[in-house]
Amino acid sequence: MNFLALIGSVVLAFLGHLGRLTIFTATALSHCVRPPLYPRHIGRQMIDIGYYSLPVVGLTAIFSGMVLALQSYTGFARFAAGSETAVANVVIISLTRELGPVLAGLMVAGRIGASMAAEIGTMRVTEQIDALTTLSTNPFKYLVVPRLIAGLLMLPALVLVADIIGVFGGFVVSVYKLGFNPAAYITNSYDMLEPLDVISGLVKAAVFGFLIALMGCYAGYHSKGGAQGVGAATTNAVVSSSILILTFNYIITELFFGT
Amino acid sequence: MNATPKIRLRDVRKSFGSKRVLAGIDLDIAKGESVVVIGGSGTGKSVMIKSIIGIILADSGVIEVDGQDVTQVPASQRDEVNRKFGMLFQGGALFDSLPVWENVAFGVIQREHIGRKQAKDRAIETLAKVGLSADVAELSPSELSGGMQKRVGLARAIAGEPEIVFFDEPTTGLDPIMADVINDLIISVVKKQGITALSITHDMHSARKIADRITMLYEGKLIWDGPAGTVDNSGNPYVQQFVNGAAEGPIKMQVRR
Ligand SMILES: Nc1ncnc2c1ncn2[C@@H]1O[C@H](COP(=O)(O)OP(=O)(O)O)[C@@H](O)[C@H]1O
Ligand SMILES: [Mg+2]
Repeated sequence: MNFLALIGSVVLAFLGHLGRLTIFTATALSHCVRPPLYPRHIGRQMIDIGYYSLPVVGLTAIFSGMVLALQSYTGFARFAAGSETAVANVVIISLTRELGPVLAGLMVAGRIGASMAAEIGTMRVTEQIDALTTLSTNPFKYLVVPRLIAGLLMLPALVLVADIIGVFGGFVVSVYKLGFNPAAYITNSYDMLEPLDVISGLVKAAVFGFLIALMGCYAGYHSKGGAQGVGAATTNAVVSSSILILTFNYIITELFFGT
Repeated sequence: MNATPKIRLRDVRKSFGSKRVLAGIDLDIAKGESVVVIGGSGTGKSVMIKSIIGIILADSGVIEVDGQDVTQVPASQRDEVNRKFGMLFQGGALFDSLPVWENVAFGVIQREHIGRKQAKDRAIETLAKVGLSADVAELSPSELSGGMQKRVGLARAIAGEPEIVFFDEPTTGLDPIMADVINDLIISVVKKQGITALSITHDMHSARKIADRITMLYEGKLIWDGPAGTVDNSGNPYVQQFVNGAAEGPIKMQVRR
């Protein structure tokens, strides 16, 4: 009996969350298309998400590109000795389609999702969000919308940079460690690349950016109970956006490339 | 009383889950009157004020402002109502990402779309009303002492020239002298300008000083209501216990849960 009750309460809690998240998302989206928007805030968030995430995303990308080149070279050596063409192709396609958006998304989720949840959560528990309402300011417009827009726009930009840095990482390892011909590596990279590889990656990035901001804002907005509540909100934001990123990564891949 | 009350509550109820916080609040506040609600911590004083402002939606009951039932006002027109209100929050609730002057001018900037220079001048004028100099304007709220934060919060509450101001525990957490400075400021900026005020506090000294009328919230209802001068001879055992700060009496504190 108790076991059934437990299952019931877990299911109810989950449905409750889902309902609140749906309402939150719908409200946020409806405010995205109604003025006033806050350009200054959108700008600040874009700098926060885009510019200040560059170092961590860049580092992730360069090491991913390097390790991809090394792994695919040694891996391919088992059946097709030292295929220079294959290595260049594998590096650029894996980066643009998968690793660029997913790794950048996960890094930004840790950095930005957490800080959004902490900032908005603190504003919630210190009644700053209530204060906004009394000062004729809709908290969705003022806090949530700028973050959603900035996430949606900046993650693709970050991923584009990550793609380039990652390919460069692969290039460095291939040329300086594996002794490939540099000119041939570059031609090999771009010959096989199709626009859709890059586009699908950027679409993923836009979706991930939106999800990161959404979960960060949602967790913060609904946090309660002082410092501990804000801590929990931060964790929730990072965990839930990471899971959503991986889930949507599969769904979008299926939509683009599934047959 | 034949004039329409500025604020009128009838049978306002609010529960959080199974926890009943407001169990039928009735309250009339006349224009220009200063009413103080006293009551222990966690009795729902803040919930009561937030229901009037619309931050918390009451489950049922009537909340009228100038005769208009604000619970029936659609969200799109809610802001018209909120312009009449100013609120000083319990913890100040200053925006820590903005300098003091932008905090004070926040509502004015949102509503009147005035330039930043002009907004800043307005903020400095308002800061002067609460006894703060222009030097404070550029500071960040985190650089201020508790008393100064309350004053900035007060300045923000009155900057939009509201008709009604709510004070949520304006003196809690301040030393007695600073608390009295805040009391005097409340009297000077509110009472003398004919602003209607609803304050909540458990500081009896403050309540006696700023109130025209005092009412006590206990177990979700206002159990006593009378002119500020009569609170010491209320004849109500609950009020007596609260006013005298006695552990013994009809109000039983939940020491253990
Ligand atoms: N948003 C909320 N959700 C759930 N419970 C709440 C909420 N706001 C207040 N409460 C509960 O209502 C009760 C009264 O709170 P409050 O009005 O803040 O008390 P106080 O009289 O000290 O201002 C408390 O027990 C609190 O836990
Ligand atoms: Mg309170």
